Amino acid sequence: MPRLTAKSATLLVLAALIAVTPFFFPSGYYYRVGALIFVNGLAVTGIVILTGYAGQISLGHAGFAGIGGYACALAPTHLGLHPSLAVVLGAAISGVLAYLVGRPILRLKGYYLAVATLGFGILVSMVLNNERQLTGGPDGIAVPELGLRGLLKDWGLDLTNGQFWYFFCGIALLIGAWIALNLHQSPSGRALRALHGSEIAAGTVGIDVARVKLQAFVISAVYASVAGSLVALQNKFITPDVAGFMHSIEMVTMAVLGGAGSVLGAIFGAGILTLLPQALTVFAEYEQLVLGLVMMLVMIFLREGLLPSVLRKLRGRGE
Amino acid sequence: MKKTLTTTVPAALIALGLAGAASAEIKIGASVSATGPAAFLGDPEAKTLEMLVEETNAKGGINGEQIALVLYDDGGDANKARTFATRLIEDDEVQAIIGGTTTGTSMSILSVAEDAEIPFISLAGAIDIIQPVKPFTFKTPHTDRMACQKIFEDMQKSGIQKIGMISGTDGFGASMQAQCKDVVGEYGIEIAADETYDPKDADMTAQLTKIRNTAGVQAVLNPGFGQGPSIVTRNYRQLGIELPLYQSHGVASDGFIELAGKAAAEGVRLPGTALLVADLLAEDDPQKPVVTAYKAAFEGKFKEPVGTFGGYAHDGFALLVDAVTRAGSAEPAAIRDALEQTSGLAGTTGIYTMSPEDHLGLDLSAFRMLEVKDGSWSIVE
Repeated sequence: MPRLTAKSATLLVLAALIAVTPFFFPSGYYYRVGALIFVNGLAVTGIVILTGYAGQISLGHAGFAGIGGYACALAPTHLGLHPSLAVVLGAAISGVLAYLVGRPILRLKGYYLAVATLGFGILVSMVLNNERQLTGGPDGIAVPELGLRGLLKDWGLDLTNGQFWYFFCGIALLIGAWIALNLHQSPSGRALRALHGSEIAAGTVGIDVARVKLQAFVISAVYASVAGSLVALQNKFITPDVAGFMHSIEMVTMAVLGGAGSVLGAIFGAGILTLLPQALTVFAEYEQLVLGLVMMLVMIFLREGLLPSVLRKLRGRGE
Repeated sequence: MKKTLTTTVPAALIALGLAGAASAEIKIGASVSATGPAAFLGDPEAKTLEMLVEETNAKGGINGEQIALVLYDDGGDANKARTFATRLIEDDEVQAIIGGTTTGTSMSILSVAEDAEIPFISLAGAIDIIQPVKPFTFKTPHTDRMACQKIFEDMQKSGIQKIGMISGTDGFGASMQAQCKDVVGEYGIEIAADETYDPKDADMTAQLTKIRNTAGVQAVLNPGFGQGPSIVTRNYRQLGIELPLYQSHGVASDGFIELAGKAAAEGVRLPGTALLVADLLAEDDPQKPVVTAYKAAFEGKFKEPVGTFGGYAHDGFALLVDAVTRAGSAEPAAIRDALEQTSGLAGTTGIYTMSPEDHLGLDLSAFRMLEVKDGSWSIVE
């Protein structure tokens, strides 16, 4: 019973936040920031599954975001696919690639996945930068319109571009969080958490450690890919920055900062790291400094991440 | 996790996002890449804009109204640039935007500006920004294609028919390489060798040796910016290649001669702007007063040499001031109409004459073919 409420509580809080905050928006710009938080939150939810549940670290998830993003740019023009199907195609390619990269690597213990994904992310970024004829190179490439906003308008629901993407990404995040929370309660999720604790112990009780790790990696790659697609469709333009190494680091940082073990915590982390640069524009030169300092303080004093630690304090329950 | 989740999240969301905005008569927004990989373009742009706004306000503003500049640093990230463009338009409610240091950031900003019908003056090179013409988007830098044309024109005059190219794989180099290959046929010139290098490479002798050994090459062209072209120039002399070497407008600055070394840079030709040769311009050159004034002000204030890129921001601001003055209004639509009617405005990059079909307003005469002579720039007649 309490477990069930934890899941619905998380989803309820998320849904309420998404629905209520627009009433406090002083201008349309905040819809844009909200949509970015949700997209980042979605990618970071994938990291929660991989890092928080299974204890594996990926330093190349931006590569999957890049695949998802460029699928939306390229598939509609070259294959004639509808942009919504391009999202699915991107996710499928990301999943397959994650499987191929992860299958040999995840048989090993330790940080091999971090190193392998690091290489993978850089490879994707290089391909996007250098295959100029196809990807437009460093200058980026235009992404076709999703067209859903026009459809909604025909049905009598007239949203501004900012509002549409705010709610669209909000719903995507809710679905993503719902799946991640369900996974947490499922046998697979329990197996993941078991191997996070100890791979040997998990193996001894009959968990196929390599297979379960691979599952988590593939699922999280799909999350990153869909998030990348949503950014591309929203911006109607994409550059290889989306697949850059810094973007990979950013995702891990968001998860760790907010609390990699908790979906809501990680989304909270995504929110902070998306808002901070916007709030710090006046001190743009010190932005990296402040970010670094926040990270260090969180790592030293709140090792579970911001949200879980704060909640624990609030409940007055130490461990 | 239980039901005790607090409502601190929305409060934090709002508190963090609120930023004070000073009210002023004319509000100009800017999003440039003052940090990140394109900082060497964006930093002088940001400095130039801040300096010019201060100057204009001290002189009483435009039409008696003061200017407020809202400047953001997008770090060269297209996604961030789009967010800042949205912020400038929706939150800061600016009347016009200058910025978009790189092609990627410009393309992001222009789609937001076009949707909101706010005039946008881009500072990036690619031709796609203004072709096809978009009603609210203008730009100040000449295109890569024009740089290629200027170079090939000069080669044609010297009777060069077969060349080798060595290009950087960064955005600038790759884009110019593509444009040059596209336009080279019109000049009856053939690219016999086409090499590339990574902008971080420390040695290009291998590529240059290959070009040297290609039969019939009469000149070498190196599109790229940053330190790459300086290394190419030094390696070129080390290998003892005697053919004429052409660089791009990407390295049109005194910094290039310093980095490559005066001896190695000797004889290098490139298409540059009047800004670089301010002292050598004829007294009756319409660009002379503009260029000397900007150079003196910038170098006096920041103690660093002016460059072509800061000049782009100067021209963007000058176009805007000119448009607002002529329109007698700072309404976005009025600014747009006036921008399109810009005629004979002397900037640092060239003389701008816009039209509904041309939102760049420069022709090849904006470029001057420069050559390094005795360690400094000279104009090739």
